[in-house]
Amino acid sequence: MPTFFERKQIVTPGDLIAEGNYIAGENTFKKDGKLYSTHIGLVEYEERKVSVVALKGFYVPRVGDTIIGKVTDITMGGWIMDIKAPYAALLRASDVVERSYRPQKDELSSIFDIGDLVIAKIVSYDRTRDPLLSIREPGLGKITRGQIIEITPTKIPRVIGRKGSMISMIKRETGCHILLGQNGLVLISGKNPEYNRLAIIAIRKIEKESHTSGLTDRVTEMLKKEKESEIKND
Amino acid sequence: MTKSDEKLIDKNGLRIDGRKPDELRSIKIKVGVLSNADGSAYIEQGKNKILAAIYGPHETHPKHLALPDRSRLKCRYHMAPFSVDERKSPAPSRREIEISKVIRHALEPSIFLEYYPRTSIDLYIEVLQAHGGTRCASITVASLALADGGIPMRDLTVACAAGKVDGHIVLDLTDNEDKKGQADVPLAIMPNLNAITLLQMDGQLTISEFEETVEFALKGCKQLYEKQREALKAKYVTVEGEEE
Repeated sequence: MPTFFERKQIVTPGDLIAEGNYIAGENTFKKDGKLYSTHIGLVEYEERKVSVVALKGFYVPRVGDTIIGKVTDITMGGWIMDIKAPYAALLRASDVVERSYRPQKDELSSIFDIGDLVIAKIVSYDRTRDPLLSIREPGLGKITRGQIIEITPTKIPRVIGRKGSMISMIKRETGCHILLGQNGLVLISGKNPEYNRLAIIAIRKIEKESHTSGLTDRVTEMLKKEKESEIKND
Repeated sequence: MTKSDEKLIDKNGLRIDGRKPDELRSIKIKVGVLSNADGSAYIEQGKNKILAAIYGPHETHPKHLALPDRSRLKCRYHMAPFSVDERKSPAPSRREIEISKVIRHALEPSIFLEYYPRTSIDLYIEVLQAHGGTRCASITVASLALADGGIPMRDLTVACAAGKVDGHIVLDLTDNEDKKGQADVPLAIMPNLNAITLLQMDGQLTISEFEETVEFALKGCKQLYEKQREALKAKYVTVEGEEE
């Protein structure tokens, strides 16, 4: 059962990664006992499972994900939202309106209007039906303040870090509240724009250097330096 | 085909542009050149200059075109009015529509279209300067744009032409060689899966000549594939090089 690439080595679509009794993980496929990559990415081995961490990709909805969506249309039964995925998502009015929803009486645009950004959770999705959203959980709902940036969705796990180490470090160093949408949109709301700026450059750095090791330390260092120069300027 | 006095291959066996019969034109590839597209790539193959961009997968419009079991690949091959000697009308010609279809069929087997049913992927290929063999160069560059867009693929697709000029089998025909030569055979392959996704022939060849021509084109594809892979990696490796 040979493997042809080392861990963290870069592969392109169609590269033969392993042969024999391996399980095809994310971004790989198996044909005639041979395991190939489907993306440009880095190889990862986990016992017998071989996967590729994609360097670029788009968001594919998954049940349970928290995402940030933008209202693009209002229909009789709810809102259509752009969630940066191949499919538009639906947020039902009955999920949002207290008590029972009456289309004649309740004005949906007074709750969420077109262009509003909403934090929501995906409650159902399969390839035959468009994703369905819900905001019936604490922390979900309309975004009223903060700044939004967009990153490649495949890099969200890297921004979170191992057991949340990276994101909690950035929150601690900048004092910002940061919400990561699994679809690649990140909401940053800090006490002042200067802290927001710090958090943004930290996240941008992670996005750019996501495939390198020792990144948490480098980001910490960078944030500390930036903060020091800030004090000097004042 | 009209006889021409012009010699396409000299007595040393070299071609008009000084290449050996089995030599490719000089190649420059860059991936991720457009920031507004989801994926993009640019190729210079000899005097050819081609830009490819993809958008999607996204919802299909109009809705009735959506396929229930797979994604729809929409492909547009277009030549800029200034891409050739005599100004070309910007409206899609019969030839462009055909090449769009040929490119789509060459790329479709390499993409996991069944992963995202009801959606569509838009591929735009813009020929900025043409000098023969644009359909092959377009396939090579379009495949890179798809990979850059993060679309799941079985393999990269790479294409190269070979043909017969002045009675010699040659690789990677230019515009002159294509027009004055005896035959042109464009070939697209998925190198790792060892599969042919496009094989056309224009002109006349004997069976043994045809086999030799395909052999030539295959070799050309393999050389091109290495460049293609390098270009795709280069977009990311530069960042890695700084840090490690």
